[in-house]
Amino acid sequence: MEPEDEQSNSMMEEIYSNGGEESARTRPIISGEQLDVEAYASLYQGRTKITRLMFIADHCDIVSMQLEALRMAYDEIKKGENTQLFREVVKKIDGRLGPNYAMDEAWCDSVDRRAEQRKEKLENELNAYRTNLIKESIRMGYNDFGDFYYAHGALGDAFKSYVRTRDYCTTSKHIIHMCMSAILVSIEMGQFTHVTSYVSKAEQTPEALEPVTIAKLRCAAGLAHLEARKYKLAARKFLEVGPDLGNSYNEVIAAQDVATYGGLCALASFDRAELKSKVIDNVNFRNFLELVPEVRELINDFYSSRYASCLDYLGNLKANLLLDIHLHDHVETLYDQIRNKALIQYTHPFVSVDLHMMANAFKTSVAGIEKELEALITDNQIQARIDSHNKILYARHADQRNATFQRVLQTGSEFDQDVRVMLLRANLLKHEYNVRAARKL
Amino acid sequence: MQSIENLVTQIQGLSSNASDITALKDYLKAAEDLLRSESTRLLSFLDQLDPSKHSLVINVCKRYKDQVLLLEAPIRGVGPMLTAIRKIQSSTEHLTTLHPEFLQLCLLAKCYKAGLSVLEDDIYEINLPRDFFLYCYYGGMIFIGQKRFRKALELLHNVVTAPMSSINAIAVEAYKKYILVSLIHHGQFSSTLPKYTSSAAQRNLKNFSQPYMELVNTYNTGKIAELETYVQTNREKFESDNNLGLVKQVVSSMYKRNIQRLTQTYLTLSLQDIANTVQLNSSKEAEMHVLQMIQDGEIFATINQKDGMVRFLEDPEQYKTCEMIEHIDSSIQRIMSLSKKLTAMDELISCDPLYLGKAGRERQRFDFDDFDSVPQKFNI
Repeated sequence: MEPEDEQSNSMMEEIYSNGGEESARTRPIISGEQLDVEAYASLYQGRTKITRLMFIADHCDIVSMQLEALRMAYDEIKKGENTQLFREVVKKIDGRLGPNYAMDEAWCDSVDRRAEQRKEKLENELNAYRTNLIKESIRMGYNDFGDFYYAHGALGDAFKSYVRTRDYCTTSKHIIHMCMSAILVSIEMGQFTHVTSYVSKAEQTPEALEPVTIAKLRCAAGLAHLEARKYKLAARKFLEVGPDLGNSYNEVIAAQDVATYGGLCALASFDRAELKSKVIDNVNFRNFLELVPEVRELINDFYSSRYASCLDYLGNLKANLLLDIHLHDHVETLYDQIRNKALIQYTHPFVSVDLHMMANAFKTSVAGIEKELEALITDNQIQARIDSHNKILYARHADQRNATFQRVLQTGSEFDQDVRVMLLRANLLKHEYNVRAARKL
Repeated sequence: MQSIENLVTQIQGLSSNASDITALKDYLKAAEDLLRSESTRLLSFLDQLDPSKHSLVINVCKRYKDQVLLLEAPIRGVGPMLTAIRKIQSSTEHLTTLHPEFLQLCLLAKCYKAGLSVLEDDIYEINLPRDFFLYCYYGGMIFIGQKRFRKALELLHNVVTAPMSSINAIAVEAYKKYILVSLIHHGQFSSTLPKYTSSAAQRNLKNFSQPYMELVNTYNTGKIAELETYVQTNREKFESDNNLGLVKQVVSSMYKRNIQRLTQTYLTLSLQDIANTVQLNSSKEAEMHVLQMIQDGEIFATINQKDGMVRFLEDPEQYKTCEMIEHIDSSIQRIMSLSKKLTAMDELISCDPLYLGKAGRERQRFDFDDFDSVPQKFNI
């Protein structure tokens, strides 16, 4: 046991020490500090900016941040043509931001009137194209309709219009355009099954896709898997996103998000080998991780078994991650999975572990860590037994030979019983049959 | 004494002739009083009656049993009935009408061991289904009394899954006991009956045993307090079914199961912690429970009273002893003979004209590709 003790001693130093102090760097947007709403919102454009701002306003407890988010949402909506969202935002502001941010009926009316006019115009144009049977014009007509509905918040109609263009697509470019529009609307609607189908449709087009489009498709696929709680698949998709993405998909997702989602999902679902090869040694992904240095640090800490600091980073990030529209529902699950993985990885190399040291490393009490380990052992994720008297965890290896004997004897007796009962029943049935036959005669 | 001998000679004489049988019956009715008083002597005289010639022996034995019950001394009847059974049986695999009567006597007399000797034989031939039901039901109860829950489960399972055209009371009672014994032995109960259960049973059994199904649900929550309150509130129902004792055993089995789960996770544990986890009142109670379980061989542990610690040990069975090898060898032999029986029965059925007729009719429904064992002439 001696050499293992020494090893565990030196590991103890690292376990207790935190990661190195962060050097001065450009301020990351997603960090442990309070979210800077303006900077966060500047990462996105289009409808997702508004929905994200409203999500932050709904889920944030700090009033100043709430009002900031609502103010920016108001400004952004006024630039667009969505009166329904406008009414929502005004109701939420509730007059708290002063007279400049109150209900503007005049604006609403003018926007609605213009919308009616435009709609009529589009309809007439579309009918004209349809009678002329020019494929390209019909396609463009439906596309314009889709854009119109999208701008006005009628997402269902927008989706239908985009899908109708399918019959009139002549080149792969058209198909890809249709798929990307459909994906965008589906993500906004939250219908991720459509997202998956259209991603696969786009990936099947015969001509080579541009790298930017491929990156976008991978992001969309990753989001769909994340929503479906398939964290491993989501991680793989996000990790494959090429660096060409840049800001080009910021009507859906920002580069920082790719790093965060990919990093956390990978941490929760990959084993050590995959974590090293696909995340830490992944040159492409390193560029993304530079944008969120805290996530990068916590992945490195986890891999080097500096669990205390890793869990610290996670704790700091939690508040801001809960404000993210896609990650909100999954934060708890991912955190639990990461914590369990840390516990399992901690105990894996040892024959015996002192629960006091382990409790220190994970910043809980001995009783707490005992409870967590008990749950993991019952779940068969750790092969060990707890010595509650001395507070030590002992690894335990199943005895194959005994287990085999036990199984053999049990199978034998089950077979015995089943066959006997079967013969008995057959006799009973035969008797009944005979009785019935005798009665008939 | 004189009259018994007369009786015996009469029986022997009259049984040869069919018309005389009725006369014999009347004679026997009249002789009932005589039987009653001379019940103890009957044993030796039964030996003289050869069962193959005297079908009324069964009747005699039944009367005898009733008398003995009336006298409230069932234990006197156990010995004679056993001999009677052995005489009447054509082979040890045969179930006679006397079997259930005998088991009933054993239950009432509480001499379970005598019943065990009969139950050890495997049964394959049956005269009347009703005998079978009663036999399995009483047999199950005897095994419960002996705490051999696995065999009890087997017999009760037989009753519940036996072919029956309509539900009968024996099956209902057996099902209730089946639920309870399953909880005690396995710690769980699956309410789906196997596919070969008769449809009458599948439809109706659950309706008759509602309180027991709810007991299962309460058991599954794992909370002892809830289980005990449920038992208290439904006490009369269980009592009226004579199942209260079993229900109490179900409750104590829950403690056992929780303690057994602890052996998987812990090497040592303080008695106080055990008491807390299993929801017992004090560490003294925990100690009692653990001690009982060690004595019954349900867990392997040592209690250190100085620290109040329990140390859980691995199962010391190494499967290396001679006894274990003999056990495995005998199991293999047994299973081989069972397989032979199975093949014999299969051959028998394949030649049975009724089966062939039905299979020939149903040929279109089933998809026999390349191996069709039924000859063409059975196409109806």
